[in-house]
Amino acid sequence: MEDTNAKPLTTSDMQTADVVNPHTKQKWAYSPIVKEHFFHPKNLLLEEPAPDQFDARGTVGSPACGDVMDIWIKVDPATERVVDLKWKTFGCGSAIAATSMFSVMVTENDGLTLTDALKIKPQDIMERLGGLPNRKIHCSVLADKAFRKAVNNYFHAVGKHDRVEVEGARVIDARMNITDKDIEEAVLEGALNLEDMQKKLKVGVGDPAAIPEIEQLIRFYKEKYFGA
Amino acid sequence: MKSLSEIEKRIVYLDHAATTPTHPDVVAAMLPYFTDHFGNPSGLYEISRDASEALSSARESIAQILHSRPEEIIFTGGGTESDNLALFGIARKYGAKWGKHIITSQIEHHAVLLPTEVLKKEGFEITETTVNEHAEVSVENIIAALRPETVLISIMYANNEVGTIEPIAEIGAAIQRWKKDNGRKPIDPPFLHTDACQAAGALNLNVDELKVDLLTLNGSKIYGPKGVGILYVRRGVQLVPLIVGGGQENRLRSGTENVPAIVGLARALEIATEKRETENARLAELRNYLWAEIQVRVPKVILNGHPTNRLPNNLNFTILDIEGEAALLYMDEFGISLSTGSACTSTSLDPSHVILAMGKPYEYAHGSLRMTLGASTTREDIDHVLEVLPPVVALLRSISPLNLSMDQKQENIAAHSAFVEDGVPHWMKK
Repeated sequence: MEDTNAKPLTTSDMQTADVVNPHTKQKWAYSPIVKEHFFHPKNLLLEEPAPDQFDARGTVGSPACGDVMDIWIKVDPATERVVDLKWKTFGCGSAIAATSMFSVMVTENDGLTLTDALKIKPQDIMERLGGLPNRKIHCSVLADKAFRKAVNNYFHAVGKHDRVEVEGARVIDARMNITDKDIEEAVLEGALNLEDMQKKLKVGVGDPAAIPEIEQLIRFYKEKYFGA
Repeated sequence: MKSLSEIEKRIVYLDHAATTPTHPDVVAAMLPYFTDHFGNPSGLYEISRDASEALSSARESIAQILHSRPEEIIFTGGGTESDNLALFGIARKYGAKWGKHIITSQIEHHAVLLPTEVLKKEGFEITETTVNEHAEVSVENIIAALRPETVLISIMYANNEVGTIEPIAEIGAAIQRWKKDNGRKPIDPPFLHTDACQAAGALNLNVDELKVDLLTLNGSKIYGPKGVGILYVRRGVQLVPLIVGGGQENRLRSGTENVPAIVGLARALEIATEKRETENARLAELRNYLWAEIQVRVPKVILNGHPTNRLPNNLNFTILDIEGEAALLYMDEFGISLSTGSACTSTSLDPSHVILAMGKPYEYAHGSLRMTLGASTTREDIDHVLEVLPPVVALLRSISPLNLSMDQKQENIAAHSAFVEDGVPHWMKK
């Protein structure tokens, strides 16, 4: 039963190595590109960075939540291109693959400008990866969030405070104090209609006036992350 | 430590708690019932009589192993169905007359926990007893939770994730005493149900010694076929069926009996019972070797579950600073199948409820790995795992920003405010 071709790993090995959820027996459709980035992640930071190797760093997530993303960036002050981006993560297979892909997208062809790099949406990473299982999209959202933090830290560091963008949360259901951010997360976790959303968040139950806006947000985030 | 590129792939299946391959003797026993003796056991002609006799002898064989009467064995479509039948069947039969309270534990399988969620909507109150740091339920807690309106106590025999063995016989004895003290007859509620799917093949299944009224087991965990299970129901204990129709299985489970699978289940249970002692000893030795070596070769690992009072084939441990699914994917690349309590591998993206119930922090659940050995497992298999695991862990640690301490407490982490949206974990926002 031994597979002597497994040394070293090749892309074709990875194509055959589909992973099956041990509990649900559901097959995860990890694309060959996802596997390539998982087994050979690009732009990893493996050693302590030198003092001026990077201009800024951004960290999001928590170990308790199961994902931590740490991103370092080096920016050319004249062109505002990202000349280097390195990362570390405590995360699952798709978090590693998505961050690796994100790092490639930001740094390829001499690097994107900060303005363009900030436009990268989870959907774009997904497309480049050849898709991710829907419920795993959550993980890749961390890469752009950590990057956004790093860029904000960069703007602070160079005194361009006016360019710092903080994604503000807006209260949608005043009774339950539920924000658009909560709804975004719930969509990512699979609540794609009002019923599932209410099961998850109890949003709009005590505040029926909020329901039209909740439904609109579900549609918006569904489109943003799942493209439909 | 060898580097990963030097290691050859070897197929090592270490997920026997998920399911087992069907034993060749079991397959052989089943085959004639697909083609030759294919009759419907309800028929009166010879082809049906063959099937009907096979059904009876399977029932008798299982009854003998359980020390029960044949008519106390109900064949079902698997462990989940048996659990559902026990929970819903008792609740709906006795709830209206005796009361709507059920006791279970925080570490039960979802096949028990989710029916209780449904029963809540039918007016039942559910007490989920807590467990200690080793995932053991306490007899005292269960007795303390008993009320006059309690109709059912459902506690698993051995936990599927961490392998801890629960004190079913002691719970059964305590319930019997409580019933006596409260003027209840043996066939009055409350009844004790145990899910023995993981225990079958490893532990004593004598229902009188266990003092249980209902017991679930299935084929797929004991080298039998999937899609078949039994529910033992003590004589005099009544159930409302989930599936009605032709009235098979004493009207408790209608539908033409799955004769090949039932024959296979009986054969599998016979083989498992025969080999129990020797196989337990062999697996425990391999498991102990595996864990001892992991502790030597991999820094910062923590055992989950009871150190000794656990299933002989089960090892569950947490590797700090790495995420279980990433480790699983790497191990899979080298031919090793195992499972993790990480949120990433569950459809709900929730971390293992069992690891959390033991009071461990979320990080421990995300980094937990379960290896469950089985009939095919050899020393060479274990050595392959011991060769692959250390470099995989070293690699994933090299890309991880974490450096957790070994004595992390759940409460410290719960107060953490560093979640993506500066809130609480998504699985707590229910």
